[in-house]
Amino acid sequence: MSYVAHDETAFAPPAEVEEVELYHPKTFVGKYIWSQDAKVIAIQYAITAIGIGLVALVLSWLMRLQLGFPDTFHFVDPSNYLQFVTLHGMIMVIYLLTALFLGGFGNYLIPLMVGARDMVFPYVNMVSYWVYLFAVLLLVASFFVPGGPAGAGWTLYPPQAILQGTPGATWGILLMLVSLAFFIIGFTMGGLNYVVTVLQARTRGMTMMRMPLTVWGIFMATILALLAFPALFVSAIMMTLDLTLGTSFFMPAIVSMGQQGGHEGGSPLLFQHLFWFFGHPEVYIVALPAFGIVSDLLSVHARKNIFGYRMMVWAILAIGGLSFLVWAHHMYVSGMNPYFGFFFATTTLIIAVPTAIKVYNWVLTLWHGNIHLTVPMLFAIGFIFAFIHGGLTGLFLGNASVSVPLSDTMFVVAHFHMVMAVAPIMVVFGAIYHWYPKITGRMLNETFGKIHFWATFLGTYAIYLPMHYLGFLGVPRRYYSIEGTDFIPESAHSLNAGITIAALIVGAFQLVFLYNLVWSYFKGKPAGSNPWRATTLEWQTLHTPPKHGNFGATLPVVYRWAYDYSVPGADEDFIPQNVPRREFTRSGDKT
Amino acid sequence: MVKPWVTAEGSVENLRDGRTSSRAAKKLALKVFLAVVAVLFMLLVIAYSGRMTYEDWRPAPQLRLLWANTLALILSSVALQRALYSVRRGQMDAMRIGLLAAGAFTVVFLFGQILAWQQLGAMVYFDVTSPAIAFFYLITGLHGLHLLGGLVAWGRTVAKVWGDFDVLKITQSVELCTVYWHFLLLVWLVLFGLLFTGNNLDALLKLCGIR
Repeated sequence: MSYVAHDETAFAPPAEVEEVELYHPKTFVGKYIWSQDAKVIAIQYAITAIGIGLVALVLSWLMRLQLGFPDTFHFVDPSNYLQFVTLHGMIMVIYLLTALFLGGFGNYLIPLMVGARDMVFPYVNMVSYWVYLFAVLLLVASFFVPGGPAGAGWTLYPPQAILQGTPGATWGILLMLVSLAFFIIGFTMGGLNYVVTVLQARTRGMTMMRMPLTVWGIFMATILALLAFPALFVSAIMMTLDLTLGTSFFMPAIVSMGQQGGHEGGSPLLFQHLFWFFGHPEVYIVALPAFGIVSDLLSVHARKNIFGYRMMVWAILAIGGLSFLVWAHHMYVSGMNPYFGFFFATTTLIIAVPTAIKVYNWVLTLWHGNIHLTVPMLFAIGFIFAFIHGGLTGLFLGNASVSVPLSDTMFVVAHFHMVMAVAPIMVVFGAIYHWYPKITGRMLNETFGKIHFWATFLGTYAIYLPMHYLGFLGVPRRYYSIEGTDFIPESAHSLNAGITIAALIVGAFQLVFLYNLVWSYFKGKPAGSNPWRATTLEWQTLHTPPKHGNFGATLPVVYRWAYDYSVPGADEDFIPQNVPRREFTRSGDKT
Repeated sequence: MVKPWVTAEGSVENLRDGRTSSRAAKKLALKVFLAVVAVLFMLLVIAYSGRMTYEDWRPAPQLRLLWANTLALILSSVALQRALYSVRRGQMDAMRIGLLAAGAFTVVFLFGQILAWQQLGAMVYFDVTSPAIAFFYLITGLHGLHLLGGLVAWGRTVAKVWGDFDVLKITQSVELCTVYWHFLLLVWLVLFGLLFTGNNLDALLKLCGIR
């Protein structure tokens, strides 16, 4: 790189292309309901996602009540237990995490962090949210149809998913499939926006390798989602046709209760391949934004540049690419050629390499950092714990020979909740505590935040650590009751009761968080424009919260990467990305 | 080697124009969308060929009508290319004719596909549980829906080419339509060639590396 000797801005040619016209709403409805502003859409996404996520949280309590205290709560019967399992999983993975990370954080942060006025297609962006809301409403509607919601497990494996006898096998599953199809259509509209905005609408000087890792994570996750969701889309359509028109894409000839079913010749395995071709990248669709966000949280709150920025970017790309080559490790027990098993086990273990690089880099970022134990930082560190923990059990399960005996046990449940539930939700919380001041102009209460963190962090460990042991004992997942099973010792039952109590407590403490969100909105400490003294562009806006158009009259020009913290010789311990060489001061300059 | 952590120097590098050009954005968005559609149809082809390897596979009966439909789709692509050629040279009447012809041929194609559905439905071979037949309806249906979506964009373009219009904007609309049509033609040729012209099992399996 060569440094520009004089006025750096002089080198940037004047813009020749006319700027994209922003839609300026005049009415309340145009501003806050049918809004085309990415920031408002982000909040709409976030509120909807968190709302439906709370429903899924309650569903998990109901399941845990049955598992911890069987035969006590008679409103949970075997059918609706399975329905709770199914809806809890599907909502959490897709309607909460995917929508919140990409639709919520993506919409809010991408334009602000790359220095754009808005997404490039604001209208499509708006439609994306309303289609998502429609998908959520369809899913909610399935609670109220005859037979109740789908009860086939969140993986919806045929033939069981649409066979009579499975709870919700008529209306519930149909609504679920149609809702998924709409979700994907809505997401594709949003996803096109995120990708094109990152590639096309970056401000002057914002090279790809100067983008904050948050944007990198969301960008790559969006690409994964765009390429993976078609698999779910196709399988949802095919299963809908099997269900409604009697085609046999997935349904083999089945004799059920002495009756020949109407199907013949379909392949249930085909569904599994399609589902996991989507399902495994989905893990990284959730994880990559979390990786990106946590990198920024660690860097800001440790007042230190991220360790190995370029390596971090390449790791994100490598993980994204590899995630398409591992799907069949979810299918070891479905039966496959041993060479395939070997291939998929190997690719699965290879993914650990870029992932481990990221973990080392996070830890090395903390090393000798000026660590501020703020609430976002606590959650970021909590994420590292949960992620290492869940990642390591993933290495166990990636091996076919270990996976087979542990398949369908609570060990698997514990593993993916550590890596895919606790880890990302830590980042979600950390990110909300971090960016709430920008979104509302007020700080979240720190005492409430710390109570929330410790309860969530210790509580989730109390839930999932013992669950691994249940898995070793052979306690199966998705069973309504394990009463009277000889090989399961009495102690497993007490452990189950303990887990349930922990789950209820963790759930209850989320009320502290919700209360904090509302209380701080009115009574929180005013935040100012840059309370964390961060370098990225969203903290350099003229107004807090940023107004329509984000940056006032002129867009910022970027002169440096996003991680100039504690630069030797600089007066301040951070230099925002839009500060040119001539404007920042060194102590040496003054003397 | 850039070492941003050693120095606090800052400079504008990569003097990319920060303003967003909506033209470039639309073009890129179309490309990304085509990638998504390509994955969708690729998965269907893989699913179809995977199913073909089962012993009980019975190929769907062949429909001669599909050849005629294919011709109609090729013609619509050619007509759009012609419209693009004309609008770039300022020949607005030729552009309008090209656009209208493309739409007409597309409608012919879609009606032809529906006719093919009816022909297949009337045959003695017709059995909704037969995977080959179900795949035929599914794949042609999805392809047709994508074309219908294209017709919406086409309609919005056609509505704008009468009277005064912004030539640059129309040129881009025609360009985007043309790319989309060519792409869907290519998808159709792959689908038609591999799946619906006889039992191309061997070719498919070799393509997928299974045999």
